Amino acid sequence: MNPVLKLLLEGGSLSTAQMAQVAGLSVSQVEQHLEQLKKDNIFLGWRPVLDLSHEAAAAALVRAVIEVKVTPERGGGFNRFAERIARFDEVESCYLMSGGYDLLVFVKGASLQKVALFVSERLSSIEGVLSTSTHFMLRCYKEQGFLLADNESNSSRLNVAP
Amino acid sequence: MSTDPKRWVAGHVAALPKSGIRDFFELVAKMKGQDVISLGVGEPDFVTPWHVREAAIFALERGKTYYTSNLGMIELRRAVSAYVEEHFKVSYRPEDQVLITVGVSEAIDLALRALCNPGDKVMFHQPCYVSYHPSVSLVHAEGIAVPTYAKDNFALTAEALRAAWQPGAKILMLNLPCNPTGGTCNLEQLTKIAEFCREKDLLVMSDEIYSELTFDGVHTSIASLPGMAERTIFLHGFSKAFAMTGWRIGYACGPSVLIDAMMKVHQYTMLCASIVAQEAALEALTRGWDSVLKMREQYHRRRDLIVRRFNEIGLKCHSPRGSFYAFPDIQSTGLTEKEFSFSLLEKEKVAVVPGAAFGENGVGHVRACFATSYEQIIEACDRTERFVQGLRR
Repeated sequence: MNPVLKLLLEGGSLSTAQMAQVAGLSVSQVEQHLEQLKKDNIFLGWRPVLDLSHEAAAAALVRAVIEVKVTPERGGGFNRFAERIARFDEVESCYLMSGGYDLLVFVKGASLQKVALFVSERLSSIEGVLSTSTHFMLRCYKEQGFLLADNESNSSRLNVAP
Repeated sequence: MSTDPKRWVAGHVAALPKSGIRDFFELVAKMKGQDVISLGVGEPDFVTPWHVREAAIFALERGKTYYTSNLGMIELRRAVSAYVEEHFKVSYRPEDQVLITVGVSEAIDLALRALCNPGDKVMFHQPCYVSYHPSVSLVHAEGIAVPTYAKDNFALTAEALRAAWQPGAKILMLNLPCNPTGGTCNLEQLTKIAEFCREKDLLVMSDEIYSELTFDGVHTSIASLPGMAERTIFLHGFSKAFAMTGWRIGYACGPSVLIDAMMKVHQYTMLCASIVAQEAALEALTRGWDSVLKMREQYHRRRDLIVRRFNEIGLKCHSPRGSFYAFPDIQSTGLTEKEFSFSLLEKEKVAVVPGAAFGENGVGHVRACFATSYEQIIEACDRTERFVQGLRR
């Protein structure tokens, strides 16, 4: 595997210079790897992982998960629906699912009202959408691999041990 | 009449030297809160994998708070037997050839107490884990240190063993990969050591606690070589590979007569290992291998990083084939290992352990544990570089 991709996947927060040291590459080699990953559309971009329970971090306070049932189109299947839905700014992620519904859509909005309006006026009114089921997120315990209430402490470990 | 309480301390205990790590530990402890980066630890920086901790919690919820068999839970002994057979290619019967202990440290103590008569001679390669020689002294046996050298990447050689051997030698203690050097033996070296042990009728106590953390090639247990299982006590535990140091859980495998002798001492002193730790260990063996591989991969890259940086700085450092310790030679700085460690701590707040703490053959080296994050390793190396450059100016 691409050594830089490997480090990215581990989810650390190494700088390019640090990545270079860890992977045993030069800084410019790491940058080249990053460029190539972007060109190949593997690495799409940087995003911070935030604890949205903090006011300061909450650009969009309300988040919801929406299960969407649609009628697949002849010729297009689910793709055209999914791509259409995915283009809305409110949509953070959109997946085609197996099971009881077709699309799972992660939505964010500044208020409950705004998310509700998005669902009722934009999403459910798309032709072919049979039903939606919206679940508002109440509290986050783990965000993309990060524990929010991480009370594991290393501080009482011995500094020197045999 | 003397009133000094010292008069009650047993002579052989009073004569034990203070651990070379102790002074240094106290010095580092005093600097708490001062942004010290410690490469002085002897344990993983990972917390025990959650599924293992969760299994222990579940055991407590089910009321598992009682003694187990002296030998340890049979389910755990079965799992140990299967694990050792799969990874080390040696078969032990769970019923009478496996003993669950409170870490490898207890297992070493049990073996020495069960097998040594006063005056027996016990060989061990050095630099070595700090407790080896004292454990031998505590059973009134005599330790024979066999030197290992940087030029051999701190592998034990049969030649050094032969040169150090004395009549009356009964046991050879091995720790491969080795704390503090990371040294291991290849198959050829190990085969020669095995031949020597058969020739001199030595019993081997093989502490293989770091074996899963072998980065280059595969680890071979001396117990798996022809004719060796019958003269080897295989010692292993969960502390390093499964990041379970604080649980204090390990095991010994060997010929049933020897395990039975160790069990006698164990039952009258420890009774059994903690049932909660045993339950956690069972979970680790059953479902923990993926975690071991993940942690090993991390250590591997950290090793490559720290060894490369030390060499770039001008501290000659062999690449340890196993363990999570780098053992660079610091003699090019003109300092002794003690001066180097104290001065590096004082000036740049990086803690490494002076090599002489691991025996006289550790002179001129320091032990740097790379079981810490990339960021910390990089920062520690940057600071060490600054320190070394300052010395040369």
